[in-house]
Amino acid sequence: MLVSTKWLSEYVNTQGLDPKDLGEKITRAGIEVDAVLDRSHGMTNVVVGYVKEKVKHPEADKLNICQVDVGEETTQIICGAPNVEAGQKVIVARPGAVLPGGMKIKKAKLRGEESNGMICSLQELGIEGRLVPKAYADGIYVLPETAVPGESVLPLLGLDDIVLELGLTPNRSDALSMLGVAYEVGAILSEDMKYPEAAYTASNVKATDFLKLTVEAIEENPMYIAKVVKNVQVKESPLWLQHRLMAAGVRPHNNVVDITNYVLMEYGQPLHAFDYDRLETKEIVVRLAGDGEKIVTLDDQERTLKSNNLVITNGNEPVAIAGVMGGANSEVHDGTTTVVIESAYFVSGSVRQTSKDHNLRSDASARFEKGVDPNRVILAAERAASLLAELAGGEVLAGSVIVDELDKTPAEVVVSPDFINNRLGMKISLEDMTSILTRLKFDYQAANGLLYIKAPTRRQDIKIEEDIIEEIARMYGYDEIPMTLPVEESKPGGLTSYQAKRRQVRAYLEGAGLYQAITYSLTSKEMSQKFALETAPVTELLMPMSEERSILRQSLIPHLLEAVTYNTARQADTVALYEVGSVFLGETDSGLPHEQEHLAAVISGKWLDHSWQGEKKAVDFFVLKGIVEGLMELLGHTSELTFERAVVDGLHPGRTASIKLSGEKIGLIAQLHPSEQKDRDLKETYVLEMDLAKVLNKEVEALYYAPVSKFPSITRDIALVVDSEKATGELQAIIQLSGGRLLKGVNLFDLYEGEKMEPGKKSVAFSLTYFDPERTLTDEEVVNAHNKVLKALAEQAGAELRG
Amino acid sequence: MEAQLQQLKEEVLQKIEASASVKELNDVRVAYLGKKGPITDLLKGMGKLPAEERPKMGALVNVVREEVTTVLEARMTLLQEQAINEQLEKESIDVTLPGRPVKMGNHHPLTRVVEEIEDLFIGMGYEIAEGPEVEKDYYNFEALNLPKGHPARDMQDSFYISEDILLRTHTSPVQARTMEAKEGQPIKIICPGKVYRRDNDDATHSHQFTQIEGLVIGENIRMSDLKGTLSVFAKKMFGDDREIRLRPSFFPFTEPSVEMDISCFKCGGDGCNVCKKTGWIEILGAGMVHPNVLEMAGYDSKKLSGFAFGMGPERIAMLKYGVEDIRHFYTNDVRFLSQFHRTEV
Ligand SMILES: [Zn+2]
Repeated sequence: MLVSTKWLSEYVNTQGLDPKDLGEKITRAGIEVDAVLDRSHGMTNVVVGYVKEKVKHPEADKLNICQVDVGEETTQIICGAPNVEAGQKVIVARPGAVLPGGMKIKKAKLRGEESNGMICSLQELGIEGRLVPKAYADGIYVLPETAVPGESVLPLLGLDDIVLELGLTPNRSDALSMLGVAYEVGAILSEDMKYPEAAYTASNVKATDFLKLTVEAIEENPMYIAKVVKNVQVKESPLWLQHRLMAAGVRPHNNVVDITNYVLMEYGQPLHAFDYDRLETKEIVVRLAGDGEKIVTLDDQERTLKSNNLVITNGNEPVAIAGVMGGANSEVHDGTTTVVIESAYFVSGSVRQTSKDHNLRSDASARFEKGVDPNRVILAAERAASLLAELAGGEVLAGSVIVDELDKTPAEVVVSPDFINNRLGMKISLEDMTSILTRLKFDYQAANGLLYIKAPTRRQDIKIEEDIIEEIARMYGYDEIPMTLPVEESKPGGLTSYQAKRRQVRAYLEGAGLYQAITYSLTSKEMSQKFALETAPVTELLMPMSEERSILRQSLIPHLLEAVTYNTARQADTVALYEVGSVFLGETDSGLPHEQEHLAAVISGKWLDHSWQGEKKAVDFFVLKGIVEGLMELLGHTSELTFERAVVDGLHPGRTASIKLSGEKIGLIAQLHPSEQKDRDLKETYVLEMDLAKVLNKEVEALYYAPVSKFPSITRDIALVVDSEKATGELQAIIQLSGGRLLKGVNLFDLYEGEKMEPGKKSVAFSLTYFDPERTLTDEEVVNAHNKVLKALAEQAGAELRG
Repeated sequence: MEAQLQQLKEEVLQKIEASASVKELNDVRVAYLGKKGPITDLLKGMGKLPAEERPKMGALVNVVREEVTTVLEARMTLLQEQAINEQLEKESIDVTLPGRPVKMGNHHPLTRVVEEIEDLFIGMGYEIAEGPEVEKDYYNFEALNLPKGHPARDMQDSFYISEDILLRTHTSPVQARTMEAKEGQPIKIICPGKVYRRDNDDATHSHQFTQIEGLVIGENIRMSDLKGTLSVFAKKMFGDDREIRLRPSFFPFTEPSVEMDISCFKCGGDGCNVCKKTGWIEILGAGMVHPNVLEMAGYDSKKLSGFAFGMGPERIAMLKYGVEDIRHFYTNDVRFLSQFHRTEV
């Protein structure tokens, strides 16, 4: 909402406040002033000129040489506008003027002819093109004949004004009008209101003799009033009215249309003007449209109506979409003589639906959607009638054509002052409260320790006690509210065990060298299930903004890979990222997808790089595996952790493993398939994804300390020759199972496959630690245990001791 | 013989003086003082002397031997020290060479901000509540006093999955769910999480972003409690000398509703580019929980009351760290992420 402070001061005394200060007060009281706009843009030296003479420029077809009376002198100005004519009063920017775009006006020579200034369009004075009256949209603006050469044009065009731009929240639709803003300012400044006048002499002829009204859809349209005005002269509006509309962001058309728009801005009540003769039937019928019924609206668009759209008809065909836009067939035009002014109460839901159906929003629909003041429907109609009499020479017929079943009783709220103070934590006196209600112009009675308040119908947002609390508090001033802390039973706050562990997981991964990434949950169809640990029906948006972001992901890896690719393309030689986020597995009984919190990581490039010491190592599978092992150690799951070869689309078939805890699959770790790497221009890249929720929710044994023994341990190394494809994990498991209770540690310390070995064989060396916390072991005990291990290895894995 | 002894002494001392290394000096020791050395020979040859001269001569030889030994030991210590120093000199390194880097990643800046806020409120007795990102229309809107067709729904264009299911547009449904689960009991929670809105991604908009909200419900929770709580938050998060101010605003789920500004932490209120010359920075929205919201979750709004507040970690991170484009948070450029490593005081 754009509020001209000059216009505003017609309804309320703004106490000569600087508009900036006024804006600040309005903001602090609850309606945010987004901007304070100076319509003059600081312009000077822009005056009225009188074009005495116009001749064609001898050297340029499109230029005219004008002799212009600018008050103190007559001076020559070259003008290129197509509509400049001798005898016009025009806007002249004199040398020294600075126009809003920053253009500085100087004396100049145009094709050899002297030019002492510029004849201006409204756009050149900073008025948006869409607001400039159509007649002047492509040329200079022509002022009324009464303009006096040499005088500043700023007051004439209402540019000596400052406009407040209000950012209105949906509850404050009352401020979608100048009067509504005036009420607010009046309450803030403790000032009274001056209401607009609606006085005219009505004709003897009755409106009802001219027009018949039927409302068939009373639920959608509980109130409709029509005024009929005869002998109207359609012409340009007076300048003051035009520039007020422009200041409010409305383009002037002709006096009839401008008056309806002016009253809309003044009262917040949308009006519509029909050409009575073009209605043809002397009748208005308000009804719901037939499905598929058509209307051409004022913007020359043909629209196909839906059966729930409310329309105004002439009894036969629609002449307007109620509350949204008029029809072209009944539009007021230059030859119109009799006008029907419609002022109605259209129910908000109906207008919102219709406006949405046709993707058509107007100043009118914006107000109806939020609910207009039931008590201004008649006032606005009368105000428009009086302006038509005054500015269009119209003869207002007596009375109105009216259907009215609208409930106009104000909402009543009963609240105790104690309740107000308790909720605020304040001690505002009853006198202060009632004085605020008086300033707000709310009717109230104080009795039995209670306030009985009738909220004015313009304030549709006031319904319950809490609304009154807010009104009292905002007018009293939020700065006055003291600062306290809740008084309550004190309880410790904290993280759940899951949340605490998740933080430890993050800290661990970061300590291991990975940066935390956050990527988007929405992805493309192609990526939604790629690399997924587990797939389920996808969760798809009804109306995605793009295919790229249309489906919720079931794996975190694709977007992490995107981030790695992004970084690699920007010369990062090591990228190590992890993410903790949800994947979405549809569908469950509740209708919501199952959201699983996952952990994913992607590493690529160099891992060790300390070049001057000659240490450099690319990322490999075991870097990431080590990180997983460390993580499981942190979480207390080392003994349950196993890795198993697996095959997953898009991952290296020989370098992919399932991660299992107690035999249950909880994740995967792999090298990205070389062809996928190539597609992304990546070096060897390793990925990890894990069902974090499953891991963190897994029970873990309580932590107990094991005494540190004073007895020595005994270590025996074994080197084995086994088949190449034998997994070392299997050998390790055999050793652990057969080693008995004395075997406390198994450590793989050498692995060799190569020319010194028989083909198809490899050598694996383990170091076994035997230990009894109670005593020193004898050689015999160790030999016994060790022999069992060797036997088991030979029998179960065909392992031979290497000589 | 005495003369012979004197000559020998001179000779040894000269040799000691001339030795340049521990090894050479050891050779001298062996050659002169060893079992086969000339001094031992002299002692052995004393048998040929008359008996009365022997003690005198013996004492003389011993004196010379001790004298020579002392000089030699001193020389030895010196040469050993020299040798060690030479060795240490050889072992010296260029201490300006770079050290072996310790691999370290760090929190995403949004997590950093969220955890800082979480910890601050945990210290005041709050718990952390989380909920689903795909929500029922009921929890996202209806339970928050936003019935179907409510004009405020236009404020948040949403991603719908079906007529009744959507990506949550705020973390408030977690509040609604918590209230429902607590069945009338007091609540003190912080709800962080990802939220989604139908926005084109640009410097100030992101279709996915994060929110963190707080909710307190109890007997006689007052608006002054909200103000006090927010002031504690502002001071801890943005500095002890921060002031706050509340401005009336509108949210369907609170009444009264406010927006909170803090005095600019950059200029202290004088006006600068961070606060757009106003001295104040808008940080969050808050209010007293709307009675409809309480009642819908089964709370008696006449007996219990509450406050709620919500803010955007992106906005806070942008203000705190001077980040100018919201998209940086979702590009995951390591050159960006790695800047949020160090601690702040
Ligand atoms: Zn500042």
